[in-house]
Amino acid sequence: MKGFRISPSMAVVAVLIVLTALGAWRYDGFIGAYNVQSVLRYNSMFALVALGMCFVIMTGGIDLSVGSVAAFASVVSAYLSPYGLLAGLIGGLVAGMLAGTINALLITRLKIMPFIATLATMLAASGTALLLANNQSVSVSYDTAFTALGQGDLLSFLRPEWVDGENAGLLGGALGFILGFPTPAWMALVAYIVGAVVINHTAFGRSVLAVGGGTEASRLMGLSVDRTIFSVYVISGAMAGLAGVILASQFGAGQPIEGVGWELFAIASVVVGGTLLTGGNGSIGGTLAGALLLGIIFTILNFENGVGWISLSAYWQSVVRGLFLFVVVVLQAKLSKRVQAQA
Amino acid sequence: MPWPTVLIREAREQNNVFDRALFFQRYGVALAVVLLILFNFAVTPNFATAQTVAVNLSQICTIVIVGVGMTLVIATGGIDLSVGSLMAIAGALSPMFFTGQLLPMPNLYMAIAAGIFIPILVAGIFGLFNGWLITRFSIQPIIATLVLFIAGRGIAQVSTNGDLQVFKVPEFQAIAIGRVLGVPFQVWIMLVIVAAAAFVLRRTVFGKQVLAVGGNEEAARLSGIPVTRIKFLVYFICGMCSGVAGLIVIAMNSAADANLIGLGMELDAIAAVVVGGTLLSGGRATIVGTLLGALVIQLVRYTLLANGVPDPAALVVKAGLIVLAVWLQRQEQA
Amino acid sequence: MTASLLSMQAISKSFGGVPALVEATLDIQPAEIMAVVGQNGAGKSTMIKILNGAYVRDSGSINFSGAPWTADSPQQAQRAGISTIFQEINLIGYRSVAENIFLGREPRRSFGFVDWSKMNADAAALLARFDVKVDVREPLENFSTAIQQMVAIARAVSFDARLVIMDEPTSSLDEAEVSVLLRTVRQLKADGVAVIFVSHKLDELYAVCDRVTIMRDGRTVSVSKMSDISKLQLVASMLGRDLAEVKKKGATAFEEGSGVIGGELLNARNLAIGHRVQDATLDVRKGEIIGLAGLLGSGRTETARAIFAADKKSGGSIAFDSADGNFKSPADAIAAGMGYCSEDRKTQGIVPGMSVADNLTLALMPALARSGMLDEKKQRQIVERFIQDIGIKCAGPDQKIKELSGGNQQKVLLARWLCMNPKLLILDEPTRGIDVGAKAEIQNLIRKLADEGLGVLMISSELEEIVEGADRVFVLRDGRTVEEFNHGDVTEAKVMHAMAHGTDQRSQGTEQRV
Repeated sequence: MKGFRISPSMAVVAVLIVLTALGAWRYDGFIGAYNVQSVLRYNSMFALVALGMCFVIMTGGIDLSVGSVAAFASVVSAYLSPYGLLAGLIGGLVAGMLAGTINALLITRLKIMPFIATLATMLAASGTALLLANNQSVSVSYDTAFTALGQGDLLSFLRPEWVDGENAGLLGGALGFILGFPTPAWMALVAYIVGAVVINHTAFGRSVLAVGGGTEASRLMGLSVDRTIFSVYVISGAMAGLAGVILASQFGAGQPIEGVGWELFAIASVVVGGTLLTGGNGSIGGTLAGALLLGIIFTILNFENGVGWISLSAYWQSVVRGLFLFVVVVLQAKLSKRVQAQA
Repeated sequence: MPWPTVLIREAREQNNVFDRALFFQRYGVALAVVLLILFNFAVTPNFATAQTVAVNLSQICTIVIVGVGMTLVIATGGIDLSVGSLMAIAGALSPMFFTGQLLPMPNLYMAIAAGIFIPILVAGIFGLFNGWLITRFSIQPIIATLVLFIAGRGIAQVSTNGDLQVFKVPEFQAIAIGRVLGVPFQVWIMLVIVAAAAFVLRRTVFGKQVLAVGGNEEAARLSGIPVTRIKFLVYFICGMCSGVAGLIVIAMNSAADANLIGLGMELDAIAAVVVGGTLLSGGRATIVGTLLGALVIQLVRYTLLANGVPDPAALVVKAGLIVLAVWLQRQEQA
Repeated sequence: MTASLLSMQAISKSFGGVPALVEATLDIQPAEIMAVVGQNGAGKSTMIKILNGAYVRDSGSINFSGAPWTADSPQQAQRAGISTIFQEINLIGYRSVAENIFLGREPRRSFGFVDWSKMNADAAALLARFDVKVDVREPLENFSTAIQQMVAIARAVSFDARLVIMDEPTSSLDEAEVSVLLRTVRQLKADGVAVIFVSHKLDELYAVCDRVTIMRDGRTVSVSKMSDISKLQLVASMLGRDLAEVKKKGATAFEEGSGVIGGELLNARNLAIGHRVQDATLDVRKGEIIGLAGLLGSGRTETARAIFAADKKSGGSIAFDSADGNFKSPADAIAAGMGYCSEDRKTQGIVPGMSVADNLTLALMPALARSGMLDEKKQRQIVERFIQDIGIKCAGPDQKIKELSGGNQQKVLLARWLCMNPKLLILDEPTRGIDVGAKAEIQNLIRKLADEGLGVLMISSELEEIVEGADRVFVLRDGRTVEEFNHGDVTEAKVMHAMAHGTDQRSQGTEQRV
């Protein structure tokens, strides 16, 4: 038996905890309900996109289209929002899956490399979104429950009155805190749990990692490689579609020009979360931690400015995110070199 | 002649099979440009005016300049996602020099010289950082350059605190909007860079070595070609090209906005390179093709706009063009 | 004799008109370990690929377990009882040992979830049969190549394979690992599984195999019991040499050298490179052609690459041209006057999309530069001179090299070094895959160059090329220099003997030199 080893995804969870603890110690209200919930509400979209990206990257592919697909889906779902919550939700999801299917077809049928195929879909989705929306944002309907998807707190109706009282205590505080989670956070959480179960406990999930670990070997082992690759791009499209639905619902409008740079944020989350960019190894939980870590950096910078001790502008967040990516990528490279040297 | 004529004929006949593919590979983009121009002559009103030519050329200047660097990088089998961020760094840095904000200069022209050369060099140095990550740690270029894609814009934003730097320095802005022989100066810069790079790629040892590294890295190494140095150099050049493009952008706008300079440029440049006929896997590259590729994309967009098709539709068409170009490459390799 | 488990009769297969197999046969008894041997191009791998469904045969019949057999793919063959373990282990390093055994048919629980505990237990039980005790939950890449081989075998067995094909399974194993693998092979036999064992290491074949099928030029030339054939006979049969009348001359275009052999040029001592080479020693003098012989996998190419600094060596020292020859990179070796034509023209030699002229001057280019610009006039002169001198048949210097025939590509690659005026040229299989005419021209050229003072280190699998072409011959066996011959007393029989038995004669030949 080998000794206990620190996996890259455990490391990022540790960093996340340390940063959160640091924030809690340093800033008032950092782990207050309001701050945590707004961080979660805003970052849920990115987390969902990163989850889809994680599936794609695990097979050794990449999906650059997620940002504009989310924008496209937000427009579609905004148009459908007058027909109800479900119509908006399903509409956005289907729009995303449609774009994902186009990616999948370009990659598995025309054998166009993922980088270029998804780049083209990115442009096409963005163009289609702008065409559909006439270059403007599309207001969602406030007559239906659609906006609850992004703005509501799913379980708040379960929240008893007393937790807001003086004598709520720690338990009551925690209960109120959790039941007050925003709806998008619940959606992301469920998606991540399902994603983790699929990757770790289904044959499909194992084939995703196997294909990324060795395409030719997987084929020789009798796995249907093309079907696996097809599926991950559809999943990624679906996640981007869901993010688009939340986007429309949260900001009250379908946003055809949103989504710029989301793909790279998602890639960074996945990589920082310990998933190998070359595919074959990775962690769903790590991706969530990676997305939260990159998200929390922004918040910390905000709070730091509030304290005014050292004034760091919010613009440092990109620098810090890049730095994280740099460290992770170099560590990954060194690690894989050592493995090669051993072999 | 040492070889019998039969053999020459044989070799030619062998080529015949590939002639059509070869023809499209070589002249497809040029043909597309010619067809688009002819189409516009016939259909689009006021197409054959100096104004139209200038507008279309100005639109592609920065894309082509960055595309030149990108072509060299792709020729070695790499890719550079950081170009837009490097444009932002150069663009954000430059005004600090020519407005004398950073350090006082004896006269305006020295300040402008510093405001031009130092930012370009800084962008080049960031390019070297890309090269270092790629060669030292064998990190895939797409990931290695992602680091600066993210951090680079942050650096630009931090150095200006995210503020818009507005200026009115006609002497500096001449690099974009000045005219020589009626043609905008930025178009001249583009043409000079294209000509120089095309010359380097075709005529110099460095150019041949770039193609050899992309065509067969192991063979290049076994032939004593300094593969690492070549890679460093192409990313350095690509960084400097981005720097030049960044300066042109701020000169055109008389303002530097670190949040916006070069946003999305990496994709425009890659699209131009691919449509131009450079092989994404490396080993075959054409600088003039990149110019033509950018021109095709721009002309398609212009044609659609001038004929009443909304702008976003051009994006969809551009996507189709990219897929078509790459698909053609695949067919020809298979 | 019982009914055969596998019977392949009169199998023929050609690729683009070139025959790879001509009425070849292969017969395997149940629970038999059959060695299949032959040189490169003898047809072994084509035969195996037809059997496991990677290729479709042109003609011939295959019976497996008493029924006609056709497989569409290796996966289908595997499900039907024939498993192949490829030379490059086709497993997935990041995934766990258990997953690698059960990928694609994981045991399930309800709702289609993978039953991890059953999978891990089954995997551990399977491996235990071969005395392999590892934590099956660990990623495969954490284990040695030998364990990975064992996992591949366990995967094969878990499909209830009745025939396991092993393609050079020991090529990247060290000695201890080899013995573990051989034990596993015997265990398979004991369990009633037949094995096709492809290897070039004679000792292993004799240690584990029951019978041997020898292939040459796409035909099955001999089948015999391992105990009935001597190593020498086996090698002779493989190389197509009649022991009784090995011809002295005539098979190649090599003539007697007429040049004067000068002082020492290269002296490589006790080289060690990874697993493959333990102790390779050789030297080359000016104006001399040195033949480097050995079976496949004996470490010839690795030795050559280490001398050229294309790979790092882990031990030993090299002197070149009366100076230190332990170079850091090919660029240094080239600067000192070496050239290296690799055995694999396509992946390590030509830059396919570039012209003949650019390929020919790839190494010379820096010297052709005037302030960075390529002096194309000078380049053209040089290229045209070489095209003429060594008879490269092409439409002209601007033709792309990928359009040339193999022989002409090889000439361009030779010229790549010749235009540098090197002192030492290392040629790895310089005439492989080249038609007869071009072969003779290249052999003549090599001789002529040596007569003009060039030192040549030539690796070849063709005995006549070594025996007739070389002034001296070094023989490698399992990563060690085992013999050195002078031109006067070298015969094919002696070289074969050294390749087969190696160390037996070492004391007489090379020991004093070391």
